[in-house]
Amino acid sequence: MKILVTIKRVADPDNASKLKVSGDGTAVTSEGLEWKMNPFDDWSLEAALRLTENAAEKNARVGEVVLVSIGPNDEHTQRIIREGLAKGAERGLLVEADDANLDASVVSLILKAVVDKENPDLVVMGKQAADGDSNVAGTKLAARLGWPIINYAMKISTNDDGKTLEVKRELDTGVATVKVTGPAVITTSDRILQPDSVKNGVTPADHQYAKLEVGGRYASLKGIMQAKKKPIDQTSIGDLGVEAKTALKYTKFELPPARSGDTTFVESVEELVDKLHNTAKVI
Amino acid sequence: MANVLVVAELLEGKTRKTTLCAVTAAKQIADGTAGSFDILSIGEGAGAAAEELVGYGAGKVLKAEIPGGYVCEKYGPTVVEVGKGYDVIVACASAFGKDLLPWVAAKLDAGMASEIAAVHTDGGKLRYTRPMYAGNVSGNVEILTEKHVITVRQSEFEAATAGGGSSPVEEVAIATDPAADKVEFIGVEVMKSERPELTDADIVVSGGRALKSAENFTNVIEPLVDALGAAMGASRAACDAGYVSPELQVGQTGKVVAPKLYVAIGISGAIQHLAGMKGSKTIVAINKDKEAPIAQVADYFLVADLFDAVPALTEEVKKL
Repeated sequence: MKILVTIKRVADPDNASKLKVSGDGTAVTSEGLEWKMNPFDDWSLEAALRLTENAAEKNARVGEVVLVSIGPNDEHTQRIIREGLAKGAERGLLVEADDANLDASVVSLILKAVVDKENPDLVVMGKQAADGDSNVAGTKLAARLGWPIINYAMKISTNDDGKTLEVKRELDTGVATVKVTGPAVITTSDRILQPDSVKNGVTPADHQYAKLEVGGRYASLKGIMQAKKKPIDQTSIGDLGVEAKTALKYTKFELPPARSGDTTFVESVEELVDKLHNTAKVI
Repeated sequence: MANVLVVAELLEGKTRKTTLCAVTAAKQIADGTAGSFDILSIGEGAGAAAEELVGYGAGKVLKAEIPGGYVCEKYGPTVVEVGKGYDVIVACASAFGKDLLPWVAAKLDAGMASEIAAVHTDGGKLRYTRPMYAGNVSGNVEILTEKHVITVRQSEFEAATAGGGSSPVEEVAIATDPAADKVEFIGVEVMKSERPELTDADIVVSGGRALKSAENFTNVIEPLVDALGAAMGASRAACDAGYVSPELQVGQTGKVVAPKLYVAIGISGAIQHLAGMKGSKTIVAINKDKEAPIAQVADYFLVADLFDAVPALTEEVKKL
């Protein structure tokens, strides 16, 4: 099984409250913040790695994961691709592009061009990037490819190398189960990191993955060494024949107003109830 | 002059309240541009649900009866065909709207802006405000394509109220797409609860990792939830640990809520969680650690062991 996994570099999402807006309001500046792999992509990568390995034999690889990142061709984007390679992906592809010229529309066109070249069995994506929070590119990609889209996958299982998959997907009101004939585009939910979330028919069905709480697996020392030798191909929007014409234009960014008022520390349950009942009048 | 199509969301044959938030956004756009709006009721039970929607001032209510469970590729083609006649297509940014509308936008070559928090129509030009970076930046965005596709945040648009009148109901033809044959809907487990819906409640009580177990949610959090007539929520950590079901997650990847009162119990306040609740009117934190980041947004903070404080709080609330 060959899986394409998209990874985006984003300003450290754990410190997003430190972001600033340029004086004229036309740009978000992340100065002082480290570039990190979009956490949603990290979870998707974990799902893809599980789908392409025999976990019972030291995670022996039985398929191929190709990483695609779209962004500036600099040390940060390269480092993030290298990080995915160290976790186990086979190779990387960097599509050089200026962040300002990208939106979900252009990204889906770029990814369609990559899919047309690479012919993967699956594309597995984070449901959104932690910067734009749009949650649009994956579905647009599937629609353009004529492939099914399965959003918010929390469990994925296949017994025929991804030709058909049974997926449980999270809804607002419960969980839906669908049977999908590939190739398909899948986005993952937070729950995809659970120990029993992915069954690939190669890893014994009773295998319990380690409990991952924050993100996907850590790279092993061996993985980090091997990643240095793995290829990262480079291409550009022009090479792929995609017209970089965004459908959205951000005219102004603002920092949302801070919550008014200070925190009142109350001493007791009685005082809290008094404040909520008599001052805030919310209970 | 924008003509707007609202895509209604049905749950078990009934209109979900999310639909009425999208109607509010559609009205704002229609009023601000001297346009009009229609509603499309689509899915199993669309005919009956259409009748629930005739009192909201729509030019007409369209119905597209599609049997079986929801699959994006099954609903999408009909929305695309109907949507060709409109300038703006809008749905609520629920799991349904966020799944369906990007597909529609791609097929119509339309720009899509998701999770809209405000609509602007000054000068007859449509612009939108949307939260980004887990709510830490607010972006003002224009859609450059002729047709606009948007999803709107439920917490930012009040549900429309029926104002009488009776929009005519029309049936529309069902369109299909070959991709639908590649997805077989097996079933859905719908979470049933007597409590108010999380995105719709005046009071939300959420628990975090510090609860330590599902039993503690049942024994410590739920009595307070019920004493307050609240909805129950949880942090990502609590959902991941399996203490409560994932539908209850509040945050960047869960639900965004803005109730009158939000009570965060044993929740440290990671940025991802704050993204889902910092629009609440009054925020209470109960936490052992007074340095926890939740203090950044809390109006009232009780530094206490939740296992002592919450049962005591429940008793005090019952006395009111």
